[in-house]
Amino acid sequence: MDINMTLIGQTIAMIVFVWFCMKFIWPPILNALEERQQQIEEGLAAADKSQEKLVEAQAQADEIVNEARQQATGILDQAHARANEIVADGKDAGVKERERQLSAAKAEIEQEANKAREELRGQVSAIAIASAEKILKREIDGKAHDDILGKLAQEL
Amino acid sequence: MAAEGGHGELTSSSYIQHHLQNLQVCRDETGEWVWNTCAGNPIAINVDSMFWSVFLGLVFCTLFWRVAKKSSTGKPTKFQAFVEIIVEFVDSSVKDTFHGKSRLIAPLGLTIFVWVFLMNLMDLIPVDWIPMAAGAAGIPYMKVVPSTDVNITFGMSIAVFFLIIFYTIKNKGITGFIGELTLHPIAPSFKGPAVIAAPLIIAFNFILESVALLAKPVSLSLRLFGNMFAGELIFILIALLGIWQLPLHFGWAVFHVLIVTLQAFIFMMLTIVYLSLASESH
Repeated sequence: MDINMTLIGQTIAMIVFVWFCMKFIWPPILNALEERQQQIEEGLAAADKSQEKLVEAQAQADEIVNEARQQATGILDQAHARANEIVADGKDAGVKERERQLSAAKAEIEQEANKAREELRGQVSAIAIASAEKILKREIDGKAHDDILGKLAQEL
Repeated sequence: MAAEGGHGELTSSSYIQHHLQNLQVCRDETGEWVWNTCAGNPIAINVDSMFWSVFLGLVFCTLFWRVAKKSSTGKPTKFQAFVEIIVEFVDSSVKDTFHGKSRLIAPLGLTIFVWVFLMNLMDLIPVDWIPMAAGAAGIPYMKVVPSTDVNITFGMSIAVFFLIIFYTIKNKGITGFIGELTLHPIAPSFKGPAVIAAPLIIAFNFILESVALLAKPVSLSLRLFGNMFAGELIFILIALLGIWQLPLHFGWAVFHVLIVTLQAFIFMMLTIVYLSLASESH
């Protein structure tokens, strides 16, 4: 257990190792540690932020979807109303058209009937004149009684 | 449990003595360098202690340097993570105790902690393995645990001692250092008739404070040396027990793991405490 030169040797060795550690070991390791700490901190903050943003975006998306749904419902309602309107319009138009055609047909029929009646009247008067002629030919001159016959034909 | 290279027949005491003998080289009276006849010679070097101490220091430097070179802020490798755990442990210990700013204290603590730990760890290698291998290679003595050599522990604590003085003078000035040695614990009075007592008080203070100052490195080194030497001695005694040494050796080794770590930690912690005391005024 003698004290000898080993003591000085160990002191020198220690100075060298501590110097080496101070110069080449401690700073890079500690720098890396601190930088990583900072990175992790930033990463966590970023994660929190993006989480918040995600929630926000989700809410926004929900809102948009809701709005769209409401719009869709509105459009559907409008379309229904429009369809009903169109159908009603169509019905009205149909009724009017029918009435129009009906009245047109009635008018035509009446016209035809009038025409036929006129014609008939002419023919009846012609027949009447002819028959009267035949009768009168025997008794009177047709020319003398023409005006009477014409009046008669008009009255028919 | 045979001891190679011993002289004479093998007895328990010669076995123990052989295990406690350093491999020494020294300069004798004629100026010749001689091996192993150095008892009482101050110009001697314990080659085995020195070798293992420097070897383990190099192991520490190499391992940590490789990590330091490649250390990145990204995902660390497993070994890098392990090294970082130790570095962070030392760093937090230093930050808890030492409040000043110093580029030296933390690396000093790390070096002391890992180096002393590795030196102590050599104690867990079965006591005969390396000495027997060395004996087979023709080396008569081989003490493999540097921290069981009082020269090694004193060598480190003296470095710490000089650092204590350096930090005291650096932070408090040379007058502060002298004042710390002479004006505590009893403050001398320089006014009135009490001035006559001042030199006495100063002398008294100086004796007390220099003992306190010198006790720091002495206790630091003797604590480590005593623990490791006792542990080593018990390992050697256990090795004498024949087959019963196996369970006993295991039990003591398990217990010794605690001592190994604890003593390394205490050496580091006390160094930090002493240096923080040196740089803070109270």
